[in-house]
Amino acid sequence: MALLSKVTHQYLRTKKQFPNVWCAGCGIGTIMGAIIRAIDNLKLPQDDVVMVSGIGCSSRMPVYVDFNTLHTTHGRPLAFATGVKLAQPSLKVLVITGDGDALGIGGNHFIHACRRNIDLTTILVNNSTYGMTGGQVAPTTPFMKIGTTAPYGNRERGFDIAKLAIAAGAPFVARGTVYHMVQLRKLIEEAILKKGFSLVEVISHCHTLYGRLNKEGGAIEMLKWQKEHAIPISAAGKVPPEKLRGKFLIGVLWDIDFPEYCEEYDKVIADAQGKI
Amino acid sequence: MTKATTQRKERLILGNRACAEGAIAAGCRFFAGYPITPSTEIAEVLARELPKVGGKFIQMEDEIASLAAVIGASVAGVKSMTATSGPGFSLMQEHIGYAYMAEVPCVIVDVQRGGPSTGLPTKVAQADTMQARWGTHGDYQAIALAPSTVAECFHFTIRAFNLSEKYRTPVIVLTDEVVGHMREKVELPDPEKIRIINRMKPTVHPGWYQHFEVNPHFVSPMASFGEGYRYNITGLTHNPDGFPTARPVAIKEKLDKLKNKITHNVNDIVEIREEFMEDAHIAVFAYGIVARAARQAVRMAREKRIKAGLIQPLTVWPFPDVYMEHMLEQLDLVIVAELNQGQLIREVMRVNRGKTRVRGLNRYDSELITPDQIFRKIREEK
Repeated sequence: MALLSKVTHQYLRTKKQFPNVWCAGCGIGTIMGAIIRAIDNLKLPQDDVVMVSGIGCSSRMPVYVDFNTLHTTHGRPLAFATGVKLAQPSLKVLVITGDGDALGIGGNHFIHACRRNIDLTTILVNNSTYGMTGGQVAPTTPFMKIGTTAPYGNRERGFDIAKLAIAAGAPFVARGTVYHMVQLRKLIEEAILKKGFSLVEVISHCHTLYGRLNKEGGAIEMLKWQKEHAIPISAAGKVPPEKLRGKFLIGVLWDIDFPEYCEEYDKVIADAQGKI
Repeated sequence: MTKATTQRKERLILGNRACAEGAIAAGCRFFAGYPITPSTEIAEVLARELPKVGGKFIQMEDEIASLAAVIGASVAGVKSMTATSGPGFSLMQEHIGYAYMAEVPCVIVDVQRGGPSTGLPTKVAQADTMQARWGTHGDYQAIALAPSTVAECFHFTIRAFNLSEKYRTPVIVLTDEVVGHMREKVELPDPEKIRIINRMKPTVHPGWYQHFEVNPHFVSPMASFGEGYRYNITGLTHNPDGFPTARPVAIKEKLDKLKNKITHNVNDIVEIREEFMEDAHIAVFAYGIVARAARQAVRMAREKRIKAGLIQPLTVWPFPDVYMEHMLEQLDLVIVAELNQGQLIREVMRVNRGKTRVRGLNRYDSELITPDQIFRKIREEK
């Protein structure tokens, strides 16, 4: 653990920006650690890494890490990142977003980023609620769970983020959890290396609001829930269907190849210049 | 610039094309937009022309995303632009505020059409005049340039980029359906004769760099992502180093800086064109396409020995307060002619403070104000 934090600290703006805004026990810190270790493992130069985020708890992450960081507007980080990447394709662009950010206000940008296939690595922190504004119901809140704006239970269904991304055309979709932190780091590494739009959905917990409202316990209980409900995709075929009910798969869920937009646009430039 | 453009200097082109070519001449190499009448030709021209000069074009999913991508590209060091009209301009307001707060240079062309809502997509209006000034949330200082000819579409788009780069702020080109869809003969200048301003770059060591440095000029040097200066940009109120702050002193310092960089440079930004104003007792105050009718009207008035003149603000925002305060002293009457129910007249009356008579001439039925209408108004009111 000491060794892990030694790596992490090299990439943190520790002198300027700490303590952070996250609640004690929040999963976002662990996710930030996994992202940093993935970047460190891949030996990406800090000057070449851009981290773009929207608004929300997870979207505060760029402030704390020593990269080129762009904290944007609610729901729109993918659109900002599209501009950064297309203008400067040599940069490695990571997008940090939450479930409300990416699928509520930013749903349109999300599906189009999946479809367009620009080489962006999107880490979507899914805690099933709007944490920063105080525990309101989110587009990912499961049926009949409680939010401060669904005090009698949420009568809508939550999005299945991975299915949505795959249907919208994302070539790489993975899911991890805060509990499975080593696997999460590996998934993020794979996502970064993937040429094209890649999504890593991270199941996280908001014990402060969602956990309290739904009587799911504190951070430890919610981490245990992740452990007990996550099924590795490699094992999914071996588990009887009735045991999959109420569970979710983790691992690389989808990995196909499709022409990447920036590379395609280089061909557009070549075509246009050839015609002069 | 295409070869065709550089070889044949005198051409008959569309106002929207002139905007697009002005952007390329200014060094714009990124455009993100969403189709909307009557601005779409700007996107269409740039989709074809930008890759020829190594630039990039992208059609986004909506106007919100368009301006977001433009800001992202600008942060990555590429001069960027978008173009839209009324409803799309409304959607962009969120990010006009972001660009202002985060001090990101970018250009937004609003080819005005009739509104509100879907309104009159193919017809002319100047009803976004106030939206260009007050459209975004929060306190805000706007820069908006208003071309009235096809040639001005070219030159004002270049100037919009220059001001945007110089002051690190979004700049609006406020044109309209008629200017955008009009074809006129224009002689575009040699590219090497065009004055181009680029954003100031930092010279300090990255360790000392402050992306939002507070200095006596109010404009901070701007490093791009990937240049070795690893800084933070946020729409939250922030310190000079770019990190969020809730300290009242720092908040005020930031908001004052944003305000001062425009208000202290009004003389550099504001441009006005006059005709017959040396001895005029009556002025017609009009911008954009209406100013052309007004010019004809004051010439008609002069033929009838009426001492009328034209004041045409080439920059609608900032409003030329000082100039107008001075000018109103000599005038008996100001007629503010505009294609809306009376927007810019509020500014004239604000500055006037009872000095002289101010009358509005408004049309918002999708048709242009004619020279004859303005001339008749001059005769009625004089």
